[in-house]
Amino acid sequence: MDQIGFLEPRAAVLARRREIVVDLLDLLPEGCLVHEPRELVPFETDAFVSYRRLPLAVALPETTEQVAAVLKYCHRYGVPVVPRGAGTSLSGGAIPQEDAVVVGLSKMSRILEVDYANRTATVQAGVTNLAISDAVSADGYFYAPDPSSQLACTIGGNIGMNSGGAHCLKYGVTTNNLLGVKLVLIDGTIIELGGKALDAGGLDLLGVVCGGEGQLGIVTEATVRLIAKPEGARPVLFGFDSSEEAGACVADVIGAGIIPVAIEFMDKPAIEICEAFAQAGYPMDVEALLIVEVEGSEAEMEAMLASIIEIAGGHGVKVVKESQSATEAALIWKGRKSAFGATGRIADYICMDGTVPLGQLSHVLRGTAEIVAKYGLRVANVFHAGDGNMHPLILFNANDPEEAAKAEAAGNDILKLCVDAGGCLTGEHGVGIEKRDLMRHQYSDVDLAQQMAVRAAFDPQWLLNPSKVFPLEGRPAA
Amino acid sequence: MTPIHQPLSEEAAARLVQAAALSKTPLAIRGGGTRSLHAAPEGAEQFSSRGLSGILAYNPAEMTMTARAGTPLEAVEAALAEKRQMLAFEPNDLRGVLGTSGIPTIGGVFATNASGPRRFTAGAARDSLLGVRFVNGRGEVVKAGGRVMKNVTGLDLVKLLAGSHGSLALLTEVTFRLLPMPETAVTIVVSGLNDAEAAAAMATAMSMSVEVSGAAHLPESVRGRFAGGALPDGAATVLRLEGLAASVAVRAEKLVAAMARFGAVSRFDAETTLRLWREIRDGAPYADGTPRPLWRVSVAPTAGQQLVAALRLEAGVDAFYDWQGGLVWLRMEADPETTLLRRYLKAVGGGHATLLRARPEVLAAAEAFQPQAEAVAALQARVKASFDPDGLFRSRMVGGQQ
Repeated sequence: MDQIGFLEPRAAVLARRREIVVDLLDLLPEGCLVHEPRELVPFETDAFVSYRRLPLAVALPETTEQVAAVLKYCHRYGVPVVPRGAGTSLSGGAIPQEDAVVVGLSKMSRILEVDYANRTATVQAGVTNLAISDAVSADGYFYAPDPSSQLACTIGGNIGMNSGGAHCLKYGVTTNNLLGVKLVLIDGTIIELGGKALDAGGLDLLGVVCGGEGQLGIVTEATVRLIAKPEGARPVLFGFDSSEEAGACVADVIGAGIIPVAIEFMDKPAIEICEAFAQAGYPMDVEALLIVEVEGSEAEMEAMLASIIEIAGGHGVKVVKESQSATEAALIWKGRKSAFGATGRIADYICMDGTVPLGQLSHVLRGTAEIVAKYGLRVANVFHAGDGNMHPLILFNANDPEEAAKAEAAGNDILKLCVDAGGCLTGEHGVGIEKRDLMRHQYSDVDLAQQMAVRAAFDPQWLLNPSKVFPLEGRPAA
Repeated sequence: MTPIHQPLSEEAAARLVQAAALSKTPLAIRGGGTRSLHAAPEGAEQFSSRGLSGILAYNPAEMTMTARAGTPLEAVEAALAEKRQMLAFEPNDLRGVLGTSGIPTIGGVFATNASGPRRFTAGAARDSLLGVRFVNGRGEVVKAGGRVMKNVTGLDLVKLLAGSHGSLALLTEVTFRLLPMPETAVTIVVSGLNDAEAAAAMATAMSMSVEVSGAAHLPESVRGRFAGGALPDGAATVLRLEGLAASVAVRAEKLVAAMARFGAVSRFDAETTLRLWREIRDGAPYADGTPRPLWRVSVAPTAGQQLVAALRLEAGVDAFYDWQGGLVWLRMEADPETTLLRRYLKAVGGGHATLLRARPEVLAAAEAFQPQAEAVAALQARVKASFDPDGLFRSRMVGGQQ
C-alpha cells in the first residue's frame, strides 16, 4: 500500500550515511549498532505491516547515557530518530525511514526495583508489559494496563502510545498507572519527571509525554503503580441475537452504575475465528457475545452478576455461561486476547481503533457493517465495549492491491463515523502514520497548531519520529 | 483596585486576551478565587471564568458531564447527586484552611488538580478530565481531548491544562468522567499507633484484596478535631471501604481481623465516614483561623513519616497523613521552613511541597510551588511559551514569583 506518505528523506543525511554509521559505532559498545542492510530488515516495519522502510541504522543502547549520546549526536547533525520498543504498534508508530536512526530499547529490559510498601515498580523501558505483573504476581500484586500484545510489547512502547487493554474500564490506561519516567530529550539532556509520589510538582509534563508517540523524547526508565490482586475474578459469557442488543446491554449496565472490570464484545465472525483458534467454549449459535468480568469477594461477584444478568434479560440474552474453573477462565481470555493473531491466520486485516460514546455503540456497529458491505469486504468486530473503544477488523487480501486500497478507504470511513458520533480516531493504538491524515477530521487547524507548538517545545527541529501523528502539510517550519 | 474581567462568553474571553496581548497587559487567571491565596501579581488584571457558567451536557448512562468552567462546583455536585453519581477524585474545598469566601468553580478544581483521599484508587482530577476548551495566550479558542474514556488521538494537552494553575490558558469548558456513588461505606479505625506503626499497618491493609479507598493517619494532636471528637483516644489510623453493602461487610471483617494485631479496632458507619473523609480531604484540623504556614506535601507513602520525624527535630510542626491521597498536611508553628522542608523532602526520596497558607508578606516572598530541576524548568518554560508566547498569563507556578 502506498496511500500514506512519508517525509522526503533528508538528502544531507543520506549522503553522510557511512560517516554516521562510523560515528555511532564509536559511541556505542560492540554489538549495539545494526547497519548491514539485510540485518536492518527486521526493523523495517512494526505490526502495521502494510508499510515498510529500511532505516539508516539501528542503535540498541544498553544504558540511559548511551541513549543520550546517540540523541545528542543525531540532534547535532540533524538526523531523524525513530524510537522503538517491541515493534508491536498497530498504527505504524515504529516504522522508520531511510534517513532515520532507530533507537531500540530491547537491551534495557531489567526490573530495577519493586517497592511493595509504596506499591511501585521501577523498570527499564524495554521490560515487557507482562514481565512486570509476572515479577510481582507471587506476592499478590499486578500492573493493570493489559494490551493484547502484553507478552511482547514493552512498557516504553506502552508509555509512547498510552496503551490500554481489556481491564482499563476499572483500572485506567497507562497514563493513570504511570508515576514517573526518566526521559532523554532530543539534545541528549536526561530529565526525571515524577517519581514514587502520586503527583509531581509543576506542569504535568509526564501527562503529555505519555501518549507522545515518541515525539517528545525517549523514555528509558519508568515507575509504575502496582495494585493488589482482587480476591477473585470471573469472566462470564453473555450471548445475544444481535450486535445491537449486545451494544444496548453494555450501555444499560454502565448506566445502572455497575462497572465490571472488563466488558468485551465479539460479533459472530470474531467468535468463529477466536473459537477455532482457542477452543474457549464460546457459544456458536449467537450473533454477538459479551465477556463480562467481575471481581472481588464471592459475595461481591455474585451480587454484581445478578444485576448484570437481570439487565441482560431485558435485552433478550440467549446464553449466560459462567466459567467453572480457573482453566476455563483462562481459555475465555486466551480466545479474546488472541483475536488479532487468530484473524491474521485466516486473512489479512487492518484493525481500527475509534472510540465512541456508549450510547452510540449500536449506531456505529450498524454503520460499520454498512460501510464495509459497500466496499464488498468482510469485518469482524472484537473490542472493549465498556469504554466504547471499537476494533473492527477489516478483512482483505493483501496480494490484491485494489482490495487493499478498499480496506484502507473503508477504515477511514469508519473512523470518520466514530468522530462524527462524538468519539475519536484512536482509543489506544495511537495515530502513528495510519490515522495521521485523518487528524483534521477531529481537530481544527488551531487545535493542531497548539499541539504542534507543544511538540516543538520538546523537539524544535522535529527530529523525533517526524513522519507521525501530524499531517505532513501545514506543519510549522522547523 | 485591580480590574476584574469576567467575560460572559468564550468569544468575549478570546477577544479580551487579544486586546490584552496588544496592550501588553498581564492577566491573572482565576475561577471562584477560593484556592488562590495569592493576590494578583503586581500589575496583572484579574481574568475570571466565573461568568462562563452552566452545565452543557449530562449523560448519566455514559458517566460524563460537560460544563462551562465557571460553573459552581456545588451545582455540578447537586446535579450528580440526583443520579447518585459523583466526581470520583473528591475535589477538596480549601475555604476553611485558607479563610477564603468565594464559590469554588469546576474550572478551578481542574486548573488546580484538586484531589482527595481516593487518589490512589480513582486517580486525581487530571485522571477524570476527558476534554477541555480553552483560550490560550494568543487569544485562540482551542479544544483538546473529547468526551470518551479512551482517547489517544494526538498529544494529551488535557493533562497539561489540568493542574496548570492558570499558567497556560483560561479554561472555558471541561468534560469529565463520573462514577456511581458507592452504595455504602465504612471506616475501620485502629487506635493508639505511632506514625511508624501506622505506616506498617497501612502497608498491610494495602496489600490485601479489600480495596481500601481511603487511608489516613491522624496523630493524637489532631485526632480530636475530626468527626466532632468521636474518634477513640490515641492517634487514629483510619481505613475506608466502599461498595455494595454485602461486599463491604465481608471486606470489613477481613480487614478488622488483620488490623487487630496492630491495635484496638473500632468502626464508623456510613454517615460518620462521609463526614470524616470530607474533613481529611479539606485539611479540616487546620481550618483554625490562623495564618500559620500550611503545606501540602506529595510524597511516597512510607516517606511521609520519615519526613515529619526529621522536621520535628528542628522545627515546630504538626502533621497528619492522607496516604491514599499521597499527601502529608503540615502546619508549621512560625516560619514556613521552606529550605528545611525541601531539603528533607529530597533526602527521603523526593516529592513536592506546596505552601498553601502563610502571612501575606511571607507568602509573597516564599517559593510556594516546588522548584524544578534546571532542565525541567527550562522545558516547562518552553511549554508555557507554546501556549502563551508573550507571557501574558501570570502564575506563580511557572516562571516563579511574578
